[in-house]
Amino acid sequence: MATTTMSEALNQALQDCLAEDDRVVVFGEDVGPLGGVFRVTDGLTAKFGEERCFDTPLAESGIVGMAIGMAMNGFRPVVEMQFDAFGLPAFDQVVSHAAKYRNRTRGTISLPLVIRVPTNGGIGGLEHHCDSSEAYYAHTPGLIVVAPSTVEDAYTLLRDSVALDDPVIFLEPKHLYWSKTDQELPRQGDPIGQAAVRRSGRDVSLITYGSSVPLALEAADAAVEEGWDVEVIDLRSLVPLDEATVTASVRKTGRAVVLAEAPGFASVASEIAARIGEECFHSLLAPVRRVTGFNIPYPPPKLENNYLPSVDRVLDAVADLQWEDS
Amino acid sequence: MSVTTIAEMASSLLPSDPPVQFIDEHGDQHAHERYEMPSPQTLLDAYAALVVGRRVDQQATTLVRQGQLAVYPSSQGQEACQIGSVLALRPTDWLFPTYRESVALITRGVDPVEVLSMLRGEWHCGYEPRRHFAAPQTTPLATQTIHAVGVAYAAQLRDEDTVALAYLGDGATSEGDFHEAINFAGVFKAPVIFFVQNNHYAISVPLAKQTAAPSLAHKGIGYGVRGERVDGNDVAAVISVISDAADRARAGGGPTLIEAHTYRMAAHTNADDATRYRIQEEVQTWQDKDPVDRLRTYLRTSGQLNEEKEAEFADRADAVTADVRTRFLAGLPPIPPSELFAHVLAAPTPQLRSQADQLRAELAAEGEE
Repeated sequence: MATTTMSEALNQALQDCLAEDDRVVVFGEDVGPLGGVFRVTDGLTAKFGEERCFDTPLAESGIVGMAIGMAMNGFRPVVEMQFDAFGLPAFDQVVSHAAKYRNRTRGTISLPLVIRVPTNGGIGGLEHHCDSSEAYYAHTPGLIVVAPSTVEDAYTLLRDSVALDDPVIFLEPKHLYWSKTDQELPRQGDPIGQAAVRRSGRDVSLITYGSSVPLALEAADAAVEEGWDVEVIDLRSLVPLDEATVTASVRKTGRAVVLAEAPGFASVASEIAARIGEECFHSLLAPVRRVTGFNIPYPPPKLENNYLPSVDRVLDAVADLQWEDS
Repeated sequence: MSVTTIAEMASSLLPSDPPVQFIDEHGDQHAHERYEMPSPQTLLDAYAALVVGRRVDQQATTLVRQGQLAVYPSSQGQEACQIGSVLALRPTDWLFPTYRESVALITRGVDPVEVLSMLRGEWHCGYEPRRHFAAPQTTPLATQTIHAVGVAYAAQLRDEDTVALAYLGDGATSEGDFHEAINFAGVFKAPVIFFVQNNHYAISVPLAKQTAAPSLAHKGIGYGVRGERVDGNDVAAVISVISDAADRARAGGGPTLIEAHTYRMAAHTNADDATRYRIQEEVQTWQDKDPVDRLRTYLRTSGQLNEEKEAEFADRADAVTADVRTRFLAGLPPIPPSELFAHVLAAPTPQLRSQADQLRAELAAEGEE
């Protein structure tokens, strides 16, 4: 049976966007003839020409700044930050300009651009190659932040991101690039801003996104043996955040664990936990727990398993949800 | 077949020495081997714009004292750069100004009240950038220079002959984004002009502490970009050098880095005390090189400007400043606070809607009090 990897699905999304809209251009470091270090742009230059998919000088602020200029002048750029931490030199352009341009110009200039960020760890990568930078982006008003976890979502959410008139940070979990589906890619999926219930359950809501979704599903399966029926919610986008799906689930189950790979302090996981506390207080049977990365610089490859959230850590958090009282 | 050596290629990128000048500080004209003096009509137009620019600039400084503007970075002394750069370009060429480009924007035709909107604290950019082909005034230094490259490259991809001009100061040439921008422009042969107004101080820090380069224009050579130096207080030279760079860019010749030697006669802003870092004698030497006086002397001496015309230009400047003053003092229509949420994203998130509701309720409650 034919299978498609997430990297291939992203590539297909870019191909389809380039084919359908002349205004779409793809550029960045090594995205041309090489096809990107994760092969997401494989074959695009050959198929669409150097004016549609091209290599730039090695300078991330320049890449994002040029995308802003091109977006101001009629194009819909899709750019790649080769690795999460290498996107940081572009942070000023993202925060001071991409995110604010619509507002600065009182709505007269919008910036339809997508910044693809290969993100997270779990790949045995060296330092500066495994960061989880979503909190910086989600914290910044004026950005859409999309976090696919499945091959199908990678395809439809990237296409939907390119279609938006606002700047999108598109987070691609590196360790899922080679995850596969044997399904045909859907033409359309749920819109950005709608979470997915990946597994329904009665006892606990496990809320997560991006790289941690497979772990959440694994933990939910393991929880069955302990007698817990875990509902897994995949947020799919962090901005907009689908609070309604989260709160409906927590009101149903009465218990919540938020799972994310990023360091937990001042994180997206913290935001979700706070919102559950504010919105679902009277339905909660236990305090909301978070399972996140530690607040340490991302560890060297041989120690990353000590850092990354695991099935055991998720189950420990679930076990801690005051079951004896209910 | 002629072989171009690296040394020949490099020397073709080097700027003029001394800086290009047509009209010296005494108002005397000099020919230049490479550049052409602008037409008499262009110089008269430039003079009219200089008179208006200086008057509006002075009016803006007065508006700060009257509490009408939060702050104002004066253009005084740099008007020839700002006006010459706009007059040398087409109205459809893009400008990427800093916060000190009020006079350039007014010369482009933006309503002065709109130009001063940011400094008044009304809205971040008071004008419609697409209408005037002028990006918002930008305060994070050099960050807009790379946007100019993107806009120019986009035009080039569509086979349009639009040029983008990015303004920056001597201090901003130390910022990383300037180097990324000029490098990108060189690689993509983007039709961009990097126009550095070297006014010798980045707030208080003198040029010697920004760079060890022979001149700022020499920075172009490292990126394969031609550098040029111009007397920034000679509007004729500014117009000529920028016109030449724009023609080259339109013809596919790529970017140019132009360094204009000028001086900020006032402090950085009204909040700054320039006596802490520069001496009065230095200010006086630049007073003697004043761009407005210089062009006036030249035009009067050469018989191109008579008292009648002078009076006409002065009246025009009076009318513009009177209009600005009247509209400011009459009170400008306020922007409703509810609009704070209107332009964050194309479609507000549920979280933004909820916060907008909160503000709306607060405003309604205030209204009922």
